[in-house]
Amino acid sequence: MFTVLTIMSAGIILGYLVRNKIELIKYVDHAIRVSIYLLLFLLGISVGANRTVMDNLGSLGFNALLLAAGAVASSVGLSYLTYKMFFVTDK
Amino acid sequence: MKNSLVIVGFFALGVILAVTSLVPDAIIKNDLSAYALYLLMFLVGIGIGADKKAWEILKNAKLKIVLVPITVIIGTMVGVAFISVFLKDISLRESLAVGAGFGYYSLSSIFIGQISGQALGVVALISNISREIITLLGTPLLVRYFGKLAPIASGGATAMDTTLPIITKFTGKEYAIISVFSGVVLTILVPFLVTFILKF
Repeated sequence: MFTVLTIMSAGIILGYLVRNKIELIKYVDHAIRVSIYLLLFLLGISVGANRTVMDNLGSLGFNALLLAAGAVASSVGLSYLTYKMFFVTDK
Repeated sequence: MKNSLVIVGFFALGVILAVTSLVPDAIIKNDLSAYALYLLMFLVGIGIGADKKAWEILKNAKLKIVLVPITVIIGTMVGVAFISVFLKDISLRESLAVGAGFGYYSLSSIFIGQISGQALGVVALISNISREIITLLGTPLLVRYFGKLAPIASGGATAMDTTLPIITKFTGKEYAIISVFSGVVLTILVPFLVTFILKF
């Protein structure tokens, strides 16, 4: 995974250098979309071929929803404090 | 929203093809996704590096704006840590990794699937998509009861693109900039945080 992070960092630097080549950037955005489709398609295949995952899809989904609810509730709650303490007062 | 549906569609198509054994074994055995992931991350990097608006906002950001992504990170981590106490199949570390997707479901599910296996990848996918959907549907209520930072916190990394229009509509231009800033910071952090959490 560190390989991936290095590759991404190299991408950021290269992207910064070519930031004025608008045609190229448009092409990159398109390529990102296509590779996300491809990767999720591949993830779908490996999930579908995995019996243990398929047999537990219901409970995996339920756990996922609980985690999402916890993440949203807690970050929204904390954001309310940040908002009241730092963002409303100096108006 | 339309884009999310297409993405979920591709995932579902993959599942269906595999379940009905329509996929050649060669594809399942030779995991191509690692190479596809390298390509994606390189492209995502270029996209971030070339995003002039994002650099502009990062450069001109006031100090207190940094509090927003920090709030989202701490809030999310505390929330998923709390939930993980009640989950018997998912450890604290795994819960934190799923949370560190911050709604960036395409990337986080692929990443987590690669490191921890498909089961957790699926959890990351569903959990982080839910975060986007909650934000798309709930922004009016979130703003009314919890202030203008609430949908930015709820949206996480998606606050820079997919949920930005609705956030802007209910909070105004000034908060649109905060939203993009928070979303950009979280988007860049997702791969780093996920790796860090799962590997250490």
